[in-house]
Amino acid sequence: WGFFAVLQGCFVFKPSSKKRRSSEKTAHDFRSRSDDSEDTELRFVTCQSLWNQIKAETEQIQEDLNKQLLDNLVSFLSRSHSEFQEKTTEWTCRMKFREIPTAALVLGVNVTDHNLTFRGLSDVLQDNISPYVALLEAKDCPGIKNLMQKLMGQLMSCDIDVDSMEDEDCVQVSQNRIRCSMSSLISWYESVTKKTDSETPSKKRNSSSRHWQSPPVVVIFKDMESFTTKVLQDFIVIGSQHIHELPLVLIFGIATSPMIIHRLLPHSVSSLLCIELFQSLSCKEHLSTIIDKLLLTSQFPFKLGEKVLQVLINIFLYHDFSVQNFIKGFQLCIVEHFYSQPLSVLCCQLVDVKKRVCSLSHDQCENIRRLPSFRRYVEKQESGKQIDLLTNDSFLKGETEKLLEDLHVYHENYVSILRCLHVFTSSLPKYPLGKQIRELHCACLENRVWETEEYESSLQLARMLNNTDLVTMLQQCVEILMSSSGKEFDKTVEKLKEFLTQFQNLEAEASQEQDVSVSSQKELQKKTDLYQLQKTLLEMKESRRSKKLTKFEMLRFEVVDYIDSLVRKYLVPAADRTLHEIMYFNAAAVLRGHLNAAPRTALHTALNNPHWYLKNQALKCDGGGISNKAPDICIVYKLHLECGRLINLVDWLEAFSTVVMAAEEPNADAASSDQVDDIIHARFIRAVSELELLGFIKPSKQKTDHVARLTWGGC
Amino acid sequence: MSRPEGMRGSRRSLQVKFVPDEDVLRHIADDTGTKVRKDKAQLSVSMKKFVKKLENISDNEAQEILEEKNYVAALGICAQDPVGNGSNISGGEVYSFQTPKRSGKMAELASELAQTPEQNVAPDHSKCPEKMAKTPQSSSNFTWAEIVWKCNLKKKEFVSTTPYRLRKRLAAPDPYLESESEYSASCSEEEDEEDQKEVSTVLSSQKTPGKTKVASTPPPRNSLAKKIKEQKMGNLVEEYFEAHSSSKVLTSDRTLQKLRKRRLNQQTLHDLLKKAPPSYAAEIRDLNQQHESLFSKWMLQLHLGFNIVLYGLGSKRDLLEKFRTSLLQDSVHLVVNGYFPSITVRSILNSITEEVLDHTGTFRSPLDQLEFISKRFKEDSSLELYVLIHNLDSQMLRGERSQQILAQLSSLPTVYLIASIDHINAPLMWDQAKLSLYNWLWYETTTFSPYVEETSYENSLLVQQSGSLALSSLIHVLHSLTPNARGIFRLLAQHQLEKKDNPSYPGLSFQDFYQQCREAFLVNSDLTLRAQLTEFRDHKLIRTKRGADGVEYLLIPVDDSTLTDFLEKEDEDV
Repeated sequence: WGFFAVLQGCFVFKPSSKKRRSSEKTAHDFRSRSDDSEDTELRFVTCQSLWNQIKAETEQIQEDLNKQLLDNLVSFLSRSHSEFQEKTTEWTCRMKFREIPTAALVLGVNVTDHNLTFRGLSDVLQDNISPYVALLEAKDCPGIKNLMQKLMGQLMSCDIDVDSMEDEDCVQVSQNRIRCSMSSLISWYESVTKKTDSETPSKKRNSSSRHWQSPPVVVIFKDMESFTTKVLQDFIVIGSQHIHELPLVLIFGIATSPMIIHRLLPHSVSSLLCIELFQSLSCKEHLSTIIDKLLLTSQFPFKLGEKVLQVLINIFLYHDFSVQNFIKGFQLCIVEHFYSQPLSVLCCQLVDVKKRVCSLSHDQCENIRRLPSFRRYVEKQESGKQIDLLTNDSFLKGETEKLLEDLHVYHENYVSILRCLHVFTSSLPKYPLGKQIRELHCACLENRVWETEEYESSLQLARMLNNTDLVTMLQQCVEILMSSSGKEFDKTVEKLKEFLTQFQNLEAEASQEQDVSVSSQKELQKKTDLYQLQKTLLEMKESRRSKKLTKFEMLRFEVVDYIDSLVRKYLVPAADRTLHEIMYFNAAAVLRGHLNAAPRTALHTALNNPHWYLKNQALKCDGGGISNKAPDICIVYKLHLECGRLINLVDWLEAFSTVVMAAEEPNADAASSDQVDDIIHARFIRAVSELELLGFIKPSKQKTDHVARLTWGGC
Repeated sequence: MSRPEGMRGSRRSLQVKFVPDEDVLRHIADDTGTKVRKDKAQLSVSMKKFVKKLENISDNEAQEILEEKNYVAALGICAQDPVGNGSNISGGEVYSFQTPKRSGKMAELASELAQTPEQNVAPDHSKCPEKMAKTPQSSSNFTWAEIVWKCNLKKKEFVSTTPYRLRKRLAAPDPYLESESEYSASCSEEEDEEDQKEVSTVLSSQKTPGKTKVASTPPPRNSLAKKIKEQKMGNLVEEYFEAHSSSKVLTSDRTLQKLRKRRLNQQTLHDLLKKAPPSYAAEIRDLNQQHESLFSKWMLQLHLGFNIVLYGLGSKRDLLEKFRTSLLQDSVHLVVNGYFPSITVRSILNSITEEVLDHTGTFRSPLDQLEFISKRFKEDSSLELYVLIHNLDSQMLRGERSQQILAQLSSLPTVYLIASIDHINAPLMWDQAKLSLYNWLWYETTTFSPYVEETSYENSLLVQQSGSLALSSLIHVLHSLTPNARGIFRLLAQHQLEKKDNPSYPGLSFQDFYQQCREAFLVNSDLTLRAQLTEFRDHKLIRTKRGADGVEYLLIPVDDSTLTDFLEKEDEDV
């Protein structure tokens, strides 16, 4: 045992009794706080099932989106070693191929999402190309030795999987004992492929039909930028030396730009690679799809409020570009909603609503009555109904059920109309309502969109659209509305179709009109009389000026007005709907506090304005200053702000005791002043060491009894 | 928190908006004193001009600023939601550049604070901050305003939550500001500060919605300020470099030794602090109760795959301890005292493998060990472990590799991590990759409790390390050794004490040491000495390091006083 072993830093506690918490008790935690209302069990179950659905959905989306990329990669890999495959022994071919086939995979800066992509990639590769796939991360490979070790470990363990553990112990030993060198890797590869050859007839049939006789060895560098140049270079050079015995394929995961390859590798090394570039889809598109599939759908009863969505999107756009984090935030929203809102038990699919509403307890009914949106609703009813709503539980339940159904219908309609509106706004110049549907969605959730300036200007712009654009947009709208599940849109679709036929008629008319105008032109040419000519010209001018809108323009106005009326009808902000609190999560502040915290700010507030936390009158101090009764650390902090890079401890102590003495009132008798002094000294020491712990100061050797400030360029 | 708190917050930021120009002027004119006051009228005129200017900013600029506003609002420092815990303070008030301070400032502030009247809630000052700042000469308010101003000044030095690039963008459209900042960057600190303040004014006014909708501020340029600036320029330049030159330090030369104060040791310090009445105990208890109500929520969120990190002023040790005793009694859990000076990731991993997983055996590297742990946890999903780490940001754990390992550990689905951080720069430990492994949920738990345990290990400047602990360990270890070995150690210790006045003493070189040992008949060969030293090293009694010349130097990593005590003790024994 060591020098400090007398003390210990880690303590393990095991429960004395053998009973251990099991994970099913999670539901228990859910209950413990909100014990005021029942339904918690149900709420938790609903929450979990909803989250699982959403999780599955997001994974599916990710998979679909990556499919293209993965297909491309797979075809590249299968092409890469076709020569090796055919076992050509031609000398020329061998000479030609010293290059290692390499796929450079540009994945974007959202590093946290990459893991999922790589996992999918290695699964696909193992299914389609080769069982020998190794994933390497820079943090595991500080040197070439570690890299080889890691590589062989992974390759040989996947070998075990394929061979169904037949000679497990042999491989186990080799993992640790074998000198990790390229030659041992090659011999391993030879033995493996030979084995597969000989075994082909029996059980290996299945896999060998998928893989070739000698599948390539795929090495994936997850984060190429973080690898040391030396390690990469060495590995590539060695790999290319042995490319004939070992069909190596590299995949580089790149977060920045493909340029990095050339920056990391000198020409002599990069010329050993035969690089092909692959681009994964951008994280923004990914996010759009996620939002589209999770939020703009009636599949999930749970919805995000405007502020919450805004916070999540902003964390995405301004902080990390990580879809993973967005989903994490979404999960947190779900948990928070179901945890903090007792009525969230009603946040379920429409089919379950009836049953759940019926089984509501009296307390829950009271909870409904307390909802602000419900109160507003009650106020609008006539007095008889008001009394019923407020006193009769079963009446309330019936009404609630109806309202909830309305809410579901509202949402379905909302989504369809939102998409229609987006068709229009996304093609306007300068995008007054935003390019992305999420921006439009936020705008509509925030307040009545038709009251905003942006909406006004987009309508204005829409009134200037040309014929063809307008027709295609209308067609798109018809498609959207036809595919939507809402039943209300039959009429709307009819109306839109009517517009479309009118446009077609117009075109037909227009072509006729053109004929007419041409003929009139001809007439004009016939006239030779100057006076007549002048007259007709004047007439024409007159008519043009006073001319009413053309039919097309009239129709265009009509269409825009119709769209406007749809917007006004269906895109009412959710916050105006009764019972929206049940479905919509709005606690943006909580969300931000948990995801995007500002520890420094909190510290700063605590030090500068202790009254914020400690509600004591003595600490109240309005001017931004600080009371001399503040906690010691606040006073010490405040004093240290007055100093430059170095702080003299003696001065500091003196200043501190001046303040503290003044605060303490000279009631203490003079006899014990010495002791008081000591206590103040001790308090000072404590406060200073606390500041040191917090990282504001550090001891300095520059001058005796000085400390250095560490904040704000202090040192 | 209650609504009025939110109001308070926004009121404060209003103040930030109005005062700066005054402040700047006052600051500049600190020495010229009364002169500024005379020019007060002129100043308000310039204020008006400034407001006018506001109105005719180009569309372009307005657009951009609107965007900034969105960003700032989106980041959520928006005043409209009264978040409790003080996190809605504008970032601008938090981080700032340092200003050169004249010596004696601290004492000045101290005396001011000391004089501050009992109930220093000046009537409604906060509501009309500009008025307050404008009338410092009215005698009754004078000292008060002075104090307020001083404090304000400190508070308002520049910052922003806005990333630097945004700030830059913000500044760019204004040609004046731009040229100004170039200018000031090279010349004067005070100017710098002024500019920064202006920018921060812009930022803060954007943050308060409904105030000035479009608040791009071409900074008020009045001739007065210019004149003063020119006058002081030479002075300021000197001051700037004076403050930032590495050699010169403008502090008094007083030392603690001249004070009749003796250094306290840990024990007396502890006793003395016990006598000091704890301040605001009731309020602190309230705070803690608020936090305790979250325990079950923490538990839930831990189980759902999040990990929890606590931040905020005050020791969070007791809080976590309470969490542990109230909720974790029935489960396997590991408590890690991160502030403990010799904690390592290795020891954390060891206690998991040895005590939780009952595994005997060693690992080649922490990575192997981690792999083993994660394999075991993945195999057996009924295996659950709660890890509580006090001070995840401590000196010993903040290293990149340690954090990487801890992050990976915490990402295991049945390992639940709840940790606390205190250092202001703690979040810088984590990059995106680590953050996503940790999967943090942040909780602000400001407790204002003193960091008793956390600071007790620290080699504080003012605390004389009693070294009693180190001493007892030293003696304990030494007693189990042969007399010869003890002699060898004594020799090294004596030599180190002889050289204690030499701060750059590298240690005793191996060759010299060997020579001395031979002369004292303690060893007979190079090899025996080496064997002995290996044993010392294993017990962490000595440290070896190789000098620039390749020579090996030996050092006892214990402070001199402990070493002296040790030698005395040894003498007694002999």
